[in-house]
Amino acid sequence: MYPDNFRYTKEHEWVHAQGDAASVGITDHAQSELGDIVYVDLPKIGSKVEAGKSLGSVESVKAVSDIYSPVSGEVTGINETLATAPEKLNTDPHGEAWLVKIKLSAPAEIDGLMTAADYQTYIGAEK
Amino acid sequence: MIKKVTPHLSQNEALIFERSSPGKKAYQLPELDVPPVDAAEALGAGNVRREIEGFPEVSEVEAIRHFTRLSTWNYAIDYGMYPLGSCTMKYNPRINELVARTEGLAWAHPYQPEALAQGCMEVMARLEAALAEITGMDAVTLQPAAGAHGELTGILLIRALLEKRGNARKKILIPDSAHGTNPATAAIAGYAVENIKSSETGGVDVCALEQLVDKDVAALMVTNPNTLGVFENNIVAVSEILHRKGALLYMDGANMNALVGIARPGDFGVDVMHLNLHKTFSTPHGGGGPGAGPVAVKKILEPFLPTPRLKRSGKKWAFDYKRPRSIGRVKAFYGNFGVLVRALAYILAHGGPGLRNATVDAVLNAVYIRKALEPYFDLPYSSPNMHEVVFSDDRQAKAGVRTGDIAKRLIDYGFHPYTVSFPLIVHGALMIEPTETEGKLELDQFIDAMMSIAKEVETDPQLVKNAPYSTRTSRVDETTAARKPVLRWKPA
Amino acid sequence: MLDACGAANAEELFAHLPEDVRLDRPLNLAPGISEYEIVRYFRDRADECANGYASFLGAGVYNHFRPVLVDTVVSRGEFLTSYTPYQAEISQGTLTTIFEFQTMICQLTGMDVANASMYDGSTAVPEAAMMTVRATGKGRVLVARSVHPEYRQVLATYSKYQGMPVAEFGYNAESGALDLEDLERQIDDLTAAVIIQTPNFFGIVESVKTAAEIAHRKGALLVVLFTEAVSLGILEPPADADIVAGELQSFAIPPSYGGPYAGIIATKEKLIRQVPGRLVGQTTDSRGNRAFCLTLATREQHIRREKATSNICTNQALIALMATVYMTVYGKQGLRELAEQNLAKAHYLGSKLNRRFTGNYFNELVARAPEEKNKTLLKKKIVGGLPLGRFYPELADCQLLCATEMTRRADMDTVAEVLA
Repeated sequence: MYPDNFRYTKEHEWVHAQGDAASVGITDHAQSELGDIVYVDLPKIGSKVEAGKSLGSVESVKAVSDIYSPVSGEVTGINETLATAPEKLNTDPHGEAWLVKIKLSAPAEIDGLMTAADYQTYIGAEK
Repeated sequence: MIKKVTPHLSQNEALIFERSSPGKKAYQLPELDVPPVDAAEALGAGNVRREIEGFPEVSEVEAIRHFTRLSTWNYAIDYGMYPLGSCTMKYNPRINELVARTEGLAWAHPYQPEALAQGCMEVMARLEAALAEITGMDAVTLQPAAGAHGELTGILLIRALLEKRGNARKKILIPDSAHGTNPATAAIAGYAVENIKSSETGGVDVCALEQLVDKDVAALMVTNPNTLGVFENNIVAVSEILHRKGALLYMDGANMNALVGIARPGDFGVDVMHLNLHKTFSTPHGGGGPGAGPVAVKKILEPFLPTPRLKRSGKKWAFDYKRPRSIGRVKAFYGNFGVLVRALAYILAHGGPGLRNATVDAVLNAVYIRKALEPYFDLPYSSPNMHEVVFSDDRQAKAGVRTGDIAKRLIDYGFHPYTVSFPLIVHGALMIEPTETEGKLELDQFIDAMMSIAKEVETDPQLVKNAPYSTRTSRVDETTAARKPVLRWKPA
Repeated sequence: MLDACGAANAEELFAHLPEDVRLDRPLNLAPGISEYEIVRYFRDRADECANGYASFLGAGVYNHFRPVLVDTVVSRGEFLTSYTPYQAEISQGTLTTIFEFQTMICQLTGMDVANASMYDGSTAVPEAAMMTVRATGKGRVLVARSVHPEYRQVLATYSKYQGMPVAEFGYNAESGALDLEDLERQIDDLTAAVIIQTPNFFGIVESVKTAAEIAHRKGALLVVLFTEAVSLGILEPPADADIVAGELQSFAIPPSYGGPYAGIIATKEKLIRQVPGRLVGQTTDSRGNRAFCLTLATREQHIRREKATSNICTNQALIALMATVYMTVYGKQGLRELAEQNLAKAHYLGSKLNRRFTGNYFNELVARAPEEKNKTLLKKKIVGGLPLGRFYPELADCQLLCATEMTRRADMDTVAEVLA
């Protein structure tokens, strides 16, 4: 369920890094807590993000959740398909429904994040 | 066994645009008694529109049937109880509607010369005085158009006072049990919001408050009784902590229906508060508005009140515009006068003793419901409740049934749901406020319905989860409505 | 019931309250009075107002005939005594009429989306300004002096703490229309919004297109405001505006000494998520039938709390319903004919007075006529125009007069005689 080559945050985001290019999304746990997702608010390409700070938000009918960036860097791409099909976040949060692509300014940050195994333990304990 | 309602035929009805047909009309204008004017000449050719495309064209009969049929798809207080917590859905007296339509008042223009508006000004002055007496405050403004508008006014007043003292400060403390308008208002007034967690009894945690109040805190916004229906027993201590540190106490008056004639916010340390005339003072909700949110203040805040203010000039009323410290206007003209008339009619009808009796009955009804439903629903806070009571769905959640489902099933029993999932500090809240205008019969029917649903949860949870069954419209797809918003009709 | 509560008497229910908060005396309010006495009280107050006078006042609040059907519909208990339609299954009456309202406002204004109403026109202005700030990321607001003075005062109050500086640009002393040169001089790259009113406070019709060009060239949004909704029966809708804000009082809402009224905000598709207030959307229910519900609630205070687009909770549902019935009764032809009558009446009056401005006007005009003369009119049971000195010192010798379909020729003749 949770890809081994991803890293995870306590706020339920994932990051997949290859060199200094990374993709960021929200986890399956996050989407199931939110329920049907109706809208995603993403940053502009070129904007700077900081680890731990909000880079946008995800909305269900009755709730809004901030998306906290797992890493620092610059936004190089956003997933435009989510504008017309936000439901992809419910069906494929780890694949098709990636949120942003980031050029990492501090690749070492990745090492401080949870592995898939740690994350599964973490969400197991949360329950 | 559902005894309160029976399914019944209701008419279908299309949108007015779908009922329209070219050339139909429901109006009749008199003949012009002056020469007609060429629009293009008078307004400039480029400024004249061709036609209002898509606008309705129906006959009077079609118009009246359209709206009448639609109206039958609504629940209303006139049909039965609305147990909505903190909404105070009391009966809307029809005398209010009659007097608000008195010609000289309904057609009064706000810019009429003051000598010809004395009646309107007298109404406003009388209401100001009555609200000051009820709240124990020194001055009242009737300008704000609604509760949230009153909140904004109140916070701006606080800001103005603190600025005059040399430091507006930076943040407002808001309990995590507060209504959403509170933090939204603070943000518009330029303050940061800091949440203060509730104590185990659901009130303001006095120790936490002592820690949190520093030189950056402008005010605490509190609702009393709080959104659990519980009186803040430490309110005087709370106000003292704030005042000692140069901060102020704002009270959201949404729950005044528990206090009128019993206790006055001005007496227990509140500096500024708003009232909801459409809650406590019976003016109709009308499907979502209008309301009115007068703000009552202590003397120290009086100079900052919105302009203009009523003042006595010899034997007459006048508007005072010379108010250098005022925060300015929060609305054009003087306030929702038509709503003010209705509220004053309510106060005149009840009088002092009547208003107090209403409060007593409101609390009695809520405590009665609490006692009856306690065996069936989880009561997270055991403190004595006043005009409303908050249960949680913890017990029913074990069977997979949540407060929202129970609320939907309540519709099948002939009631409007209670307030669902608010306040947020209660897990799966059921917030119930009957108000004083419900008699024992209606209350007992409500209690029976809730008990019956509780049993259904045990024997057949799916039944509750898929409710309602007996309405014209079943559960709506809110997800698609948000994903693909369609906010207007368009021709095919 | 007291038994069930475990109380010997009602006072015990309050025993838990601390002594030091309790009111130990009755409220100092007279005892309750009967229905008849209440009717008498308000009738007496009405008699102390300009009962039965003809009026030439406009200035944001207009005398238009209220079709009988309006009160018939809004007096129905299902509309009057119902709550906000959060429970869609039992509120389709309210939700459907609001959807129709939203549609009619779009048709009237030429915009893509309209909300379910704001408190009034005056508070719709700062809400629109805050929208432009959110949408552009910029902070300055430019508002025309020919926008209603009290609306500008409300804007000033709201903008003080928003980090949203507001500056004013003037009107042309001859035409009464926008001083476009002044606008060009003051607008810069930090401007989020240019706010104009048409017809403006002086009754003059503005050129929306030109103002839009100037605003858009600098990356600012154009907010067009109206206070006289009937004007949209004949005037070209402001299609070049980014946001239309307005007051619907003209549509069967009683003047009622200043309120309650209903404001609107309408805008283009691209700004839909910045719109404050309630929105009703179309959807289906679980049986596949068309149904309506409140939607895009995540913009609002009860979800976003301090990050909401506004703190507003109410929409003026019952007032908006009056307007909806009005728009239905008059309809496509009626609103046009009504506007034509207003135009004819005001131009008849204007032709007999010393007009101050040369610009095109709809149903209001500024005339050179001293305030003194209004005393003579009052003796004839006519309330004259609004003397402008209180808002525009440079126009202290003028007054603002309005004529609508309700204004009688004989009264206009009297006014012309006295004021000219």
